[in-house]
Amino acid sequence: MEAVANNQLVSIEKPEIVAPPNWEPVIIGILCNWCSYAGSDLTGTSRIQYPPNIRIIRVPCSSRVDPWFLIKSLQTTADGVLVSGCHPGDCHYISGNYYARRRFLVTKKLLNFVGFHEDRIQFSWVSAAEGPKFAKVVAKVTEDIKKLGPLHLYKKENFEK
Amino acid sequence: MARVGVFVCFCGANIADFVDVPKVVEEAKRIREVKFAIDYKYMCSDPGQQQIRDAITQYRLTSIVVAACSPRMHEKTFRKALSDAGMNPYLLEVANIREHSSWVHQKDKKAATEKASDLVRMAVAKSIANEQLHEISVPVTKRALVIGGGIAGIQAALDIADARIPVVLVEKSPSIGGKMAQLDETFPTLDCSQCILTPKMVDVASHPYIELIPYAEVLELEGFVGNYKAKIRKKASYVNFKTCTGCGTCWQKCPVKVPNEYNMGIDKRKAIYTPFPQAVPNKPVIDAAHCTMLTKGKCGICAKVCEKGSIDYKMQDEIIEREIGAVVVATGYDLWDPKPYEEYGVGRFKDIITSLEFERMVSANGPTNGVPVRPSDGKVPKNVVFIKCIGSRDEAKGIEYCSKICCMYTTKHTILLHHKVHDSHAYVFYMDIRAAGKGYEEFVKKAQVDTAATYLRGRVSKIYKKGDKLIVRGEDAQIGQVVEVVADLVVLATAVIPPKDNPDLARLLGVSYDKYGYMSEAHPKLRPVETAKAGIFLAGCTQAPKDIPDTVAQASACAAKVCGIFSGDTMKKDPMISTVNNEYCTGCQNCVKVCPYGAIVTEEVPMGHGSKEMRTVAKINEGVCQGCGSCVAVCRSMAISLAGFTDLQIINEIVSI
Repeated sequence: MEAVANNQLVSIEKPEIVAPPNWEPVIIGILCNWCSYAGSDLTGTSRIQYPPNIRIIRVPCSSRVDPWFLIKSLQTTADGVLVSGCHPGDCHYISGNYYARRRFLVTKKLLNFVGFHEDRIQFSWVSAAEGPKFAKVVAKVTEDIKKLGPLHLYKKENFEK
Repeated sequence: MARVGVFVCFCGANIADFVDVPKVVEEAKRIREVKFAIDYKYMCSDPGQQQIRDAITQYRLTSIVVAACSPRMHEKTFRKALSDAGMNPYLLEVANIREHSSWVHQKDKKAATEKASDLVRMAVAKSIANEQLHEISVPVTKRALVIGGGIAGIQAALDIADARIPVVLVEKSPSIGGKMAQLDETFPTLDCSQCILTPKMVDVASHPYIELIPYAEVLELEGFVGNYKAKIRKKASYVNFKTCTGCGTCWQKCPVKVPNEYNMGIDKRKAIYTPFPQAVPNKPVIDAAHCTMLTKGKCGICAKVCEKGSIDYKMQDEIIEREIGAVVVATGYDLWDPKPYEEYGVGRFKDIITSLEFERMVSANGPTNGVPVRPSDGKVPKNVVFIKCIGSRDEAKGIEYCSKICCMYTTKHTILLHHKVHDSHAYVFYMDIRAAGKGYEEFVKKAQVDTAATYLRGRVSKIYKKGDKLIVRGEDAQIGQVVEVVADLVVLATAVIPPKDNPDLARLLGVSYDKYGYMSEAHPKLRPVETAKAGIFLAGCTQAPKDIPDTVAQASACAAKVCGIFSGDTMKKDPMISTVNNEYCTGCQNCVKVCPYGAIVTEEVPMGHGSKEMRTVAKINEGVCQGCGSCVAVCRSMAISLAGFTDLQIINEIVSI
């Protein structure tokens, strides 16, 4: 069989799934402790408002994020995942975010290949001083995932039925 | 079976106003493992902590969840409460329902409450997988590195050295002293800057515990608190400091003239030079970019006249390595270039100068022997216009923040002008007079009376030339009219900005910095001199604009923090580090490659119990591991686990939402 070219890897998620009324997506945000988590704290201290759909998990570094976490999130509780780390070059652990970036690209490709829409998992750089930026990122991710609707693909409950 | 206690904080009204706290408690009680849940007004207060301590014994709790502010704020506080009650402190989890919920969802109490309940549930799920951890103790190298030899670096170095801790002081330029050495007098006491600074500079040079490395910069910093390794590049000075007596014959005879940085380019120095007469060390260096011997191979006069034979044109940069336990960063500030103020004719009109140029002119050791003159014709100016907030508080052209020191030094300049030119008159265009500080307001008031300076509240819109005078057109907002002032000299109070290479240095040190390039403190109020990286501290303007008293106070605070680290032979280290399970490790060594600290090595272990055949497994040096978790994510066989952030803990969080 011929190899599938990258640009042919399109989502097999069905757009016709209609979200129930008052549906709100659940988004898991996995943030590194030193930049993005601190940045999200700053968003709080600055009282900048953002959509309440995100649930934040703290990890020491974005390089701690195992692709497994993303798969597990989409498989169980989340409609989308945001991973955020320090800006390139600013990693608290010297080079962790570079590993995270590479690993994330591969994971994204894989998840895309098995049928998830690419907006389901997103990546961003937010520094400890970028409170407003964090709010913007969350607002964008929430909006993207709201557009996609609830995630049914590969959800555990679908298999159990 | 886990027995979890949940403690939900009101944080006064901070959480309670936007999150239904009793509802969160109720929801928490519905979780099977939660055996006790309660709310309290201030969980971090002593009665709040007492409730935690009491519940631990009363309900035989196996882990604790505190739902309150960010763990970056009070995790330590609550951990201590646990250990006070005889419980392992790492059995605590903090659910961040303030920064992540009540403060950011203030318009939707229902959603904020739901989110807070979710965050509590996640923390409970994580805490069930928490393990008992114990702090690790690592040896400490008792030597501090101070980067920057201005007043901040000098003060920090002296305070640390006085505690009999060796200090390495690295200064970029040929002499320590920094910006303060360029000042004539200091506000609000009008102390002579040199008189209070130079004795300290001499103390640094002669202190038995200080190693002064001038004309050098830090290239690399590896390691972690207590055990850093610094690589320092000592630039070639082309003068052997060991034999040089500092007699000065070389620079007197040197034929090459270069604009003098110390005097803001108002006069010239030579290609071989000491920056100023009171320099420490008082030894000349050759400016390689301008010396004709080094650029074209012609001249060599300094080598001929040097009786000691100290000149060495073949000298190379030298790399010095030092083992360091803690670092104080004191790189100071730069001044903003006012070029964008084209409507003022900056660059076109010679008689528009910056405040530091004015400071050099009125300085007794300055290029004009303490008398301000017009750069265009050398005449002594009678009418001088001072314009404040050049670049500061100006989002359009400069930066948003207030540079803090300009109001005060401009006041000082009006006094200095009055002292040096008795029949002069000063006009000050200002936006506000910010004189918050001990004796500052009194200083401004007194100066206004003594000098009879005219203060005009408003911005200058244009400066143009008429004959040999400058006409300054601006608004006097208090009378609501446009005014024009005929000026002989215009002095611009330019903004304080961080040194251009501050972000590079911050990256090299692993410290975060803000959008302007100032290095970021760990907490704006409670940890103002610490950075997020343990063992690296900030003194002076490298963190934000500051005057001399604040800078000195901060430098001493850094010294106290450094001495704290060095108070014992070992120091406690967070136990959140990686461990390898040898049974699972296949020896693929992927982890070795990704570890940014080289903390992972390999070791040979027997294939099986009593077996003579050996196999390779990874081994983590717990003193070096910083707990980033890179190795965990690359481990294919899941042999590596990061304490505090195990796979199980994170998956528990994910699935429990």
